[in-house]
Amino acid sequence: MSLARSRPRHGEQVIKAILLVAALVSVATTIGIVVSLLEPTIRFFGQISAVEFFTSTQWGPLFEPPHYGVLPLVSATLITTGIAIVVAVPLGLGAAVYLSEYARPRVRKICKPVLEVLAGIPTVVFGFFALSFVTPLLRGILPFEIEIFNALCAGLVVGFMIIPIVASLSEDAMTAVPSGLREGSYALGASRMITSLRVVLPAAFSGIVAAVILAISRGAGETMIVYIAGGGQPNFTLDLGKAMQTMAAFIAQAGSGDVPIGTVDYNTIFAVGSLLFVMTFAMNYVSARLVRKYREVYE
Amino acid sequence: MAVLSTPRSAVQLASKGQPLREHLFRIALIASLAIAFVFLLALLSYVLIEGWPRLDSRLWENMPSVRNPDIAGAQSAITGTLWVISITALLTLPTGIAAAIYLEEYADRDRWWNRVIELNIQNLAAIPSIVYGILGLGIIARTFGLGFSVITASITLGLLVLPIVIIASREAIRAVPPSIREGSLALGATQWQTISRQVLPASIPGIATGSILALSRAIGEAAPLLMLGAVSFIRFNPDGVFASYTVLPIQIFNWISQSREGFHILASAAIVILLVILLLMNSAAIWLRNRYQKRW
Repeated sequence: MSLARSRPRHGEQVIKAILLVAALVSVATTIGIVVSLLEPTIRFFGQISAVEFFTSTQWGPLFEPPHYGVLPLVSATLITTGIAIVVAVPLGLGAAVYLSEYARPRVRKICKPVLEVLAGIPTVVFGFFALSFVTPLLRGILPFEIEIFNALCAGLVVGFMIIPIVASLSEDAMTAVPSGLREGSYALGASRMITSLRVVLPAAFSGIVAAVILAISRGAGETMIVYIAGGGQPNFTLDLGKAMQTMAAFIAQAGSGDVPIGTVDYNTIFAVGSLLFVMTFAMNYVSARLVRKYREVYE
Repeated sequence: MAVLSTPRSAVQLASKGQPLREHLFRIALIASLAIAFVFLLALLSYVLIEGWPRLDSRLWENMPSVRNPDIAGAQSAITGTLWVISITALLTLPTGIAAAIYLEEYADRDRWWNRVIELNIQNLAAIPSIVYGILGLGIIARTFGLGFSVITASITLGLLVLPIVIIASREAIRAVPPSIREGSLALGATQWQTISRQVLPASIPGIATGSILALSRAIGEAAPLLMLGAVSFIRFNPDGVFASYTVLPIQIFNWISQSREGFHILASAAIVILLVILLLMNSAAIWLRNRYQKRW
């Protein structure tokens, strides 16, 4: 007892409390997001039936008569994200396998920061590049017609934007595979390609899946590229050469206008926002679960 | 994170008499990295070539205009970006670093609320930025009544990059070996004295690097600010935290939306300025990391 502090240090407790409050800001942010989404969303479903929202194939809250079917926005989001994944997964994984299994340390030391530069470019810049360089390029080389604003170009450029996510997270997962597995494979006479494909990739599989899911969620929530290059018309179509409006692009477009608070139009922004939030939240949750599972295997 | 490597001799042995597919596989891997690099190179050179004719003092001396691309500039957007990012830094860096100190030095992992805070930060880092725009519109601008002002933009961007600051600062703090803390405590220092005089000074380079990267993310962010009133053409510099504002990415977006060619050149020139600012910040971060990071 004599070794215990002679007097209580209130200052220490105050500091701890202040630090805890700072940590709670993040919790308050989540609560703020949920609250700001929830109230207008509930009011929206008081005004528009959920059946129309989820099943109607026409979206046009600002038209006369207004339509509130979210399917065109959802399909546009799925299509652009799908194209992005088709681009980003092979290229990102290829880059990751090269950096983790083939590249010498010096090559890796140069290549990784360059990929980081790609990750650091603002999305509005990607959007500008998509609209004024990639689309004219595609119109020149593709055998079929595409509009100036189209889902194909938007999806492609979103794909390039998420390559660094796929590449760096999968590379982390592959570098974490114990070298004993590789050496065992080489000892059995397997080549580098076989070792990469049959030993390292399967061992890092859950980490790679987590990276891909995170990339999908980033692509689905991406706003500026699809808003600038994808156009503003909510078309319910599978034609990649047509303009499409994703959920995030709709939120940006409707939210940047001067929408009077409390109207259906105002609440619509939040209803679509809730849907986007739930979708990305679910994907992030799955991704986090997979990462945790994968960590248990190797620690 | 140890770099795992296989002895080269073993690799050479295994790849003796490589069949063609081995070579093709290797070429495919290099090609996928090369395609990403070519894309980056094309983007940078396109923007530079397009923007070159307008990359002069008109850009930072003149105010935005929708009528005449020849006299339009981005001064209000540049000062707006400086205002917004300064306030963002003032708000988010102390909060993020304090939260990181709490989570690393004080939080007891067995308590459920600490685990909730950790999980929550991971989730926040992955929420789309446009959803933060909804938060800014619904809560900060309307409920708090701050309107479409610099402070609303700063709070929103601050919350958006807060997880990045926290995660980077935690890593920097975690890298300080426990023996430093134990030595300090053994000499009779209190926990806060240990943190403020030993742990924080040792982890400052890592925290600064993470903070710069977080702020550079905030500088390039446009989507949430679209919803917070930055889209209107602002022809004056902000004069306080409650002033209307615009920022560089939004000004670029505005010019992209114009159909005339002159505005696209202007947008390219403004993009070059934005990218140069980001490049300088990133170089500073890398320099800090290499120069001051201690190896224990």
